[in-house]
Amino acid sequence: MYSKAYMVPNPMTPNQAIFVDEKLCTGCNTCVDVCRTDVLLPNLEEGRAPIVMYPDECWFCGCCAEHCPMPGAIRMEYPLNQRVGWKRKETGEYFRIGMKNPPPPNTRPPVGEAEVH
Amino acid sequence: MRDSSLNRAVEWPYPVNYGRENEVDADILILGGGVAGCHAAINAAKRGAKVTVVEKGAVIRSGSGGAGVDHWHGALTNPCSRITPEEMMELIKKSNAEYLFSEYGNGITSYILFQESYDALLDVEKWGIPVRDVNDEFAGAEFIDENSKLMFAYDYDNRHIIRVNGGSGIKVAMHKEMKRLGVKIYDRVMATSLLTEGGKQRSRVIGATGLHTRTGEFYVFKAKAAILCTNAPIGIWIFSTELAGSAGTVTNADPNNSGEGTAMAWQAGAELALMERSATSFASGGFAYPAFGTGNAHDTWYACTIVDANGKEIPWVDRDGKVLKAVSERYHPAPGQRVFFQGRRGAYEFWGPSLIPDLPERIMKGEYVLPLYADLPSMPEHERRAIWGLMVGNEGKTRILYHTYQQAGFDPDKDMLQVNVMPPDQYGFYPWWTSYGPRQWRGGFLGGGLVFDWDLKTNLEGLYVAGETTYVGGDHAVAATTGRYAARKAVVYTQTAREVPVNKKQVEREKERVYAPVRRTEGIGWRELRAGLARIMQDYCGEYKNEETLNMGLRWLDSIRESEVSRVCARNPHELMRAVECLTRLTVGEIIMQASLARKASSRFLGLNRLDYPVVDPPGWKKLVTLRLENEDIKVGERPVDYYLQPPNASSYAENYRQHCGL
Repeated sequence: MYSKAYMVPNPMTPNQAIFVDEKLCTGCNTCVDVCRTDVLLPNLEEGRAPIVMYPDECWFCGCCAEHCPMPGAIRMEYPLNQRVGWKRKETGEYFRIGMKNPPPPNTRPPVGEAEVH
Repeated sequence: MRDSSLNRAVEWPYPVNYGRENEVDADILILGGGVAGCHAAINAAKRGAKVTVVEKGAVIRSGSGGAGVDHWHGALTNPCSRITPEEMMELIKKSNAEYLFSEYGNGITSYILFQESYDALLDVEKWGIPVRDVNDEFAGAEFIDENSKLMFAYDYDNRHIIRVNGGSGIKVAMHKEMKRLGVKIYDRVMATSLLTEGGKQRSRVIGATGLHTRTGEFYVFKAKAAILCTNAPIGIWIFSTELAGSAGTVTNADPNNSGEGTAMAWQAGAELALMERSATSFASGGFAYPAFGTGNAHDTWYACTIVDANGKEIPWVDRDGKVLKAVSERYHPAPGQRVFFQGRRGAYEFWGPSLIPDLPERIMKGEYVLPLYADLPSMPEHERRAIWGLMVGNEGKTRILYHTYQQAGFDPDKDMLQVNVMPPDQYGFYPWWTSYGPRQWRGGFLGGGLVFDWDLKTNLEGLYVAGETTYVGGDHAVAATTGRYAARKAVVYTQTAREVPVNKKQVEREKERVYAPVRRTEGIGWRELRAGLARIMQDYCGEYKNEETLNMGLRWLDSIRESEVSRVCARNPHELMRAVECLTRLTVGEIIMQASLARKASSRFLGLNRLDYPVVDPPGWKKLVTLRLENEDIKVGERPVDYYLQPPNASSYAENYRQHCGL
């Protein structure tokens, strides 16, 4: 347990919207260039991951993740208040986005995977 | 500043030069680089014009269609369509269905859509979108034409709506084509006002001013003609950062759509109509779920089987209530029916297959148990793949939804996606995924905006309009077709148009207005102003209105303009953009209230409930009430709803189109 505490202002929105994996990100700022609302701002240190500055303005269009050249470096997550769930027809199991121990990913691509890079 | 969360100073990552002027010259200035703006830019550039596009976001992905499109309306000239443009004009008029053409619809944009929608789609194909079933994934499906490999949605007999393979990449492809043609693109520049000849209202439009949203620099765009391709204002009634999408605009409209196009045209003296129109709409937001991201049976999800919590199937019925047993029966007109439009809107003659209309009552009685599920696994394979892989996989904002759900393990072959849990009465509305929550009485597709003629020209010389900023609005295909049409007309105009100098005083006045928030060091932030404006709209211009509430609302807005507006401050160019947007929203709110006052009648079609004029659609009020600014006075006028077929226009669509289309 930490013994230090900090004064931190409440965030402007409960939603995180965008997660950037600093280990995978090369700091190319492609996501910064395609974001319509400037949710992401470039890092002042070149080559480092951008800063998620205005998550409250995210439209959840996903273009940042769609254009990212490094698989897995950026991901968009629907916030908890968008509560999406489904039921497996055969077994009756219930799953949801964000659950602990999710089922394995379904790797089938959509129709017409666009060339964006 | 009351909001302390950003007081930890971190240096702004872009060079800041408030007020530094950049001058740009063009033949044609396009304001807004969404779907309409891109089609306009490409078509104008192909005709040799020097084209400049001003875009608040980034053209590569911005606008309501920026993340994609799954199906293309009005493609009546495709080789498989069984409806002609002429017949469709008759049909939609008779159907009076809201989405297509209520009695307040516009024959100009509808006719242009029907004539050119398929051509616009062929353009898109040329720019690199597959459009057709190029990989033979759907060979043998009932909705495909084996010769052209075009795929159709909804009505498999009449084949006038096309599913777009790869529509998710549409803006990327258009952006590439614009660069190839040498279109000058100014991304991250918010257009703030129109420049007019002599700086006078109601004079010829000769350019626009812009604010760079990262550097704070100022732009003076000079042009021979301008095409307004901005979107209709959204988020006027709702502002919540708790709900995804910033403005509560979780659905179909780009959150940057604060209404600059409408407001700047208004200030320049443009004639507006239907600003009083309101309805809980596509962009109703609120507690909405991810757009198209919950189980559904409508639109992109048409015509998915829905089951209740116990797996009991909810029947689909035809317009007479006859149960449709086979899934394939949901995609055809009833026996003897010429054509159906989705749902039960407008005239009975055109009602389509639907889930049982008394579903709310039957849920109340316990016949069906919530929650409901979209039973994708039970759908025929081609239909399942079409809904999930082709439609959800390509519609605006849903490509990421596809990836996110798949990553979380969702498998349409095995899994039933849950439907929103809502009060039973909400299951009678359409479409479900936005049905419940705080209301926004205006939004995508509903229109309210600029009046225009058969040249898509406004009442201001040199100003053309396309897409959502027209008073009737429209969807992706409407934006595309009006964009390309307006470009042709503007190019012709520029060939004989004089060069006119910019009025320096007009530029200075605008700079004074735009930069006021960064001259202050303390005051309130844009978010408080925006939230406050939204509450005023909810209070005084909500679902029910009367003269007193509307006048009180105007008084509040006026008071806010005097007080809070002169205290709003911004600490960087991004905040400045949002602060200037609030000024726009205030103006838009005033116009909506003034328009609501001017129509002294309730109207079902316009979603206007006047408590002091409760008679709905009384004779004498079936007309467009128009508003425009003359100096500081508001001039109220009127036009027949079919002004486009009245003199001096010809009396038929075909003749007007022939005279004006420029082809």
